[in-house]
Amino acid sequence: MSEIRDDVRYTENHEWVQLDGTTAKVGITDYAQDSLGEIVYVELPEVEDQFSQGDEVASIESVKAAAPVYAPMGGRIVRVNKKLEDSPELLNEAPFKNPIYTLEVDDPDEYAELMDSDAYADFLKERE
Amino acid sequence: MELKHTPLFEIYRDTAGVQLAEFHGWELPIHFASGIIPEHHGVRTSAGLFDVSHMGEILVDGEQAEGYLQQLLTTSVTAIKSGEICYTLMCYQNGGVVDDLMVYKISDTRYLLVVNAGNIDKDVDWIMRDNPIAQSGAPMPDIRNQSDAWAQLALQGPKSEELLAQLVPEVRDIPFFTFRDDLLLQDMPLLISRSGYTGEDGFEIYLNAEDAPDMWRLLAELPGVQPCGLGARDTLRLEAKLPLYGHEISESITPLEANLGTFVDLDKHYFVGREALVKQQQQGIPRSLRGVEMIDSGFPRDGYRVVLDGRDIGYVTSGTKSPTLGSFIALVLIDRGTGLKFGDELHIDIRGKLKAARLVRTPFYKKQTGRN
Repeated sequence: MSEIRDDVRYTENHEWVQLDGTTAKVGITDYAQDSLGEIVYVELPEVEDQFSQGDEVASIESVKAAAPVYAPMGGRIVRVNKKLEDSPELLNEAPFKNPIYTLEVDDPDEYAELMDSDAYADFLKERE
Repeated sequence: MELKHTPLFEIYRDTAGVQLAEFHGWELPIHFASGIIPEHHGVRTSAGLFDVSHMGEILVDGEQAEGYLQQLLTTSVTAIKSGEICYTLMCYQNGGVVDDLMVYKISDTRYLLVVNAGNIDKDVDWIMRDNPIAQSGAPMPDIRNQSDAWAQLALQGPKSEELLAQLVPEVRDIPFFTFRDDLLLQDMPLLISRSGYTGEDGFEIYLNAEDAPDMWRLLAELPGVQPCGLGARDTLRLEAKLPLYGHEISESITPLEANLGTFVDLDKHYFVGREALVKQQQQGIPRSLRGVEMIDSGFPRDGYRVVLDGRDIGYVTSGTKSPTLGSFIALVLIDRGTGLKFGDELHIDIRGKLKAARLVRTPFYKKQTGRN
């Protein structure tokens, strides 16, 4: 069973988002890291890059596949998790403790469009 | 299309942590519970067990066998003795590759061909019907596709001899690229060769499909044996620069371009494709298979463009993060006339970004010791 946390919201692309005021941390879910297998590289965006909701922001490479990470909300990158450059396996070990990047969001209301933990749990069930 | 399963599929269903995936119409493990990287290291340091039952086995029998294969294969089967194996290729008349394969010479009148899973049907059609020799109406040997009746397991790694010898002591006396087809374990008839696709010492074990689950269990229970999936098989073969059909060789890549000239005997009087390959040799081989190591971070996946001074010079045929080296490596098929030397820099277009890489010697990994 994949871990699902209650204090974040989810996208259909298996990203998690945690909004605090107007900043949002974004990472990938336990389900995503498990499907990808051993993650060997994370291509990070640059700080100050600007994205609209749904844009490709980062890329995660496992031995098996490359997976894009999209912007769950529009905004400007204010921080990237540089630790992932040398230790991409942190995403396998603790996906919820290792956000990939942090956004200054354009519109906090977009958060409400994302799935809560119950909706994401149902979404995962449909995929099994 | 319904996916095909090897005789070990029931074992996979009962084993926790196995991740299955589709490979050329087969549903096979990509990795077991420990994951690709530990499986890879398991083979490099101890021993790994692979189910390669999806590979095809074709028996060629009769007085015509040797002469017939001599005309189909790029190497000379008369150059090997009974009990020996050779790596070889079958080409189309234009020099493109039908498949690469292992030939086991059981006797002067009996050969076993081991071919790639994704090519079994095509190869059987080619060998029995579509090649120019068969088309000419020449007398044919007896050709039988045994792929469904046979299973194949591979035990690979520096400890594979000492481990397999606990079950089959005779394997100690099987030199590299030879085999025994008269071995028996608990009433299971076995054909065992010292060969493999990992760059390590190891054995390939052919047996009746119905015996495969028992044999797998016997091998998997030996201490120090790591069950391995296709993921590790790919990273291991890539470090050792062993070609994979559809990547380094294909209908549109000749063996000469893939730097497999050692396995093309142009001195032979005739084989299908010889004329085209002689011509390519004379006119200049247009492309060359080389190895690169990434300087910038980035995963060089197959199909990505290779760029030198702003010019497109080829593409990646296979790439991975090398578990042994810890860096990203790739095989690239590039124009021959670039004048690149080892250590020279070029770029790989990784999703729109040019990332620096350097030309390196291959194989990326070579085993340090051993009697082979």
